[in-house]
Amino acid sequence: MSLLDNIVFGLISVLIGVGVSYGVYYLLDRAVSLLPKKTQEKIRFLAFVLPAAVLVTVVLLYPLVDTIVLSFFNNYSTKFVGFDNYVHLFTSQDFFGILFNNFLWIAFVPAVTVSIGLLFATLTNRLGPTRERIFKSLVFMPMSISFISASTIWGLFYESVPPGRPEIGLVNAATKALGGTPQALLSNDTFHLNSFLLMIIVIWLQAGFSMVLLSSAIKGVPEETVEAAKIDGASTRQVFFRIILPQIRGTVMSVFITVLILVMKIFDVILAMTRGDHNTSVLAMEFYHQFVTADDAGRASAVVCVLLVLIAPLMWLQIRTVKHQEELR
Amino acid sequence: MKKFFRLLGKAKLGTTLFLTLLVTIWTIPTLGLIITSLRTKDEVDNSGWWTAVFNPLGQQWSLDAYAHVLDGVSNKGGMLEALVNTLVITIPATILPILIAANAAYAFTFLNFKGKEIYFSALVGLMVIPLQAALVPILNVMAWVNRNWHIHIAGDYPAAWLVHTAFALPLAIYIFRNYMLTLPVALIEAARVDGASYYQIFWRMIMPMSVPALASFAIFQFLWVWNDYLIAFIFVGEQKPVMTYKINLLLGQYGDGWLNVTAASFLSLLVPLAVFFSLQRFFVRGLTAGSVK
Repeated sequence: MSLLDNIVFGLISVLIGVGVSYGVYYLLDRAVSLLPKKTQEKIRFLAFVLPAAVLVTVVLLYPLVDTIVLSFFNNYSTKFVGFDNYVHLFTSQDFFGILFNNFLWIAFVPAVTVSIGLLFATLTNRLGPTRERIFKSLVFMPMSISFISASTIWGLFYESVPPGRPEIGLVNAATKALGGTPQALLSNDTFHLNSFLLMIIVIWLQAGFSMVLLSSAIKGVPEETVEAAKIDGASTRQVFFRIILPQIRGTVMSVFITVLILVMKIFDVILAMTRGDHNTSVLAMEFYHQFVTADDAGRASAVVCVLLVLIAPLMWLQIRTVKHQEELR
Repeated sequence: MKKFFRLLGKAKLGTTLFLTLLVTIWTIPTLGLIITSLRTKDEVDNSGWWTAVFNPLGQQWSLDAYAHVLDGVSNKGGMLEALVNTLVITIPATILPILIAANAAYAFTFLNFKGKEIYFSALVGLMVIPLQAALVPILNVMAWVNRNWHIHIAGDYPAAWLVHTAFALPLAIYIFRNYMLTLPVALIEAARVDGASYYQIFWRMIMPMSVPALASFAIFQFLWVWNDYLIAFIFVGEQKPVMTYKINLLLGQYGDGWLNVTAASFLSLLVPLAVFFSLQRFFVRGLTAGSVK
């Protein structure tokens, strides 16, 4: 297909897609208004909720349940195999390494992202509006970069070359300049160095998000509380930890959880940088490996179920936080 | 002299300098990408991109890499086609969830129905479900539809629209409802008294009044879909390759050097960066309105 065909076909499908969806709502409204008045009142909500409900059920809820079912079936989902997939997972050599990597990501990325966000937020809030805006947008900018492109960007940092070739990766060039020995950074898993190098990418991408949210939360802290503490002789440090931080706890939590959720399903960065080799894989990457590379739907589903067990507490936390917010209304 | 120091203090020189340092560190990686993409293959293979910064005149600059990746004929190119595919996937995958979520959020905010609270809690819970947890069965459903009704979904744009839309719904409904709760109920009741139907109220009042929330979600969704790899790879794949798909292929070609992949990556950044810098204000407002009260 030529490029022009592509564009025309694209435009037409965009129009049809959006048009049909709009039409669905119109028809639903017409259908409801044909009913007797009393029934109308009762099922009016369906005219607005039905498409969303159908989509969520068919593309989210049912597949979610079915994934759990499939984890008890074989590679092509044709034969029930009981717990075989799980047994295979938990007896395979790599799996605990994968779980441990997941644990490292969970332990470091959200906390560091929040901390860096707090640092940027407090510092930029001290400046005049112009400088604040410039600094913030530069820190925030990576948020618009995809994980794949970010991998290219950081690949230029972590690149290692065969001995004798000129160093073209910044990290190794700097190591050499400082008298150290350049090394194959991404295949070095001593103290999980390579996993940490991958984490830096994600932190780099997400810090701006954390900064923006925390900065506006800090601005929302009532001036009086800060002033009162200052009058009482509190240091800047004390003001931050005792006055500001407790008041923005809600935002800190929500940023933390958002990044945590992201970390749970992260895999693009790992795929693009190491393909999960050299002990850098995590559950989401292992899913990709099992499903795409090994073509085993059963084991892939089992990996996801393990991931879901990790995610379940977050689900509960999320619901609880929202309930709490609702009560505050 | 004293005045000078006070001025200096007002200018917050220390903070500015420190932040300048931090922000420079933060920006250097992107700079490296842009600079690399503008060099020649020979230079990229034999010296670090920073040498070009220190010696810009003794350096050969070239747009060859861009010409190469945009070229539709060579198998390493095709970024132009990928750009079109990315756009065709991204635009509906941004509009559809907004349309569908706004409708649902309207019902969740202004209409009463049985089990409303429970459904809403369930939606909130679903916000954390990763795509991987539904991917295999969705593919199965698509294959089943193809077998029985001969409707071909997987491997084409609508598959990506469908999955992106469904997975955006929980968050979108949540954000829109939060916003709609701040709209004046009295106005809507007045419209009811004047004989407007719920449908009319939604399109004539709620939608226009919700534009700030819709716009900021639109920016996010646009960036997410644009930057997505998994859905584009699994549900559309090589038939209609998107930019992230192409870049990942380029990244996997060992021994090919960094030149082409940096050019391709920078091309994929242009649209998100333009969106980001032109709509930054809405972006930030949306972020803060969505999660922080």
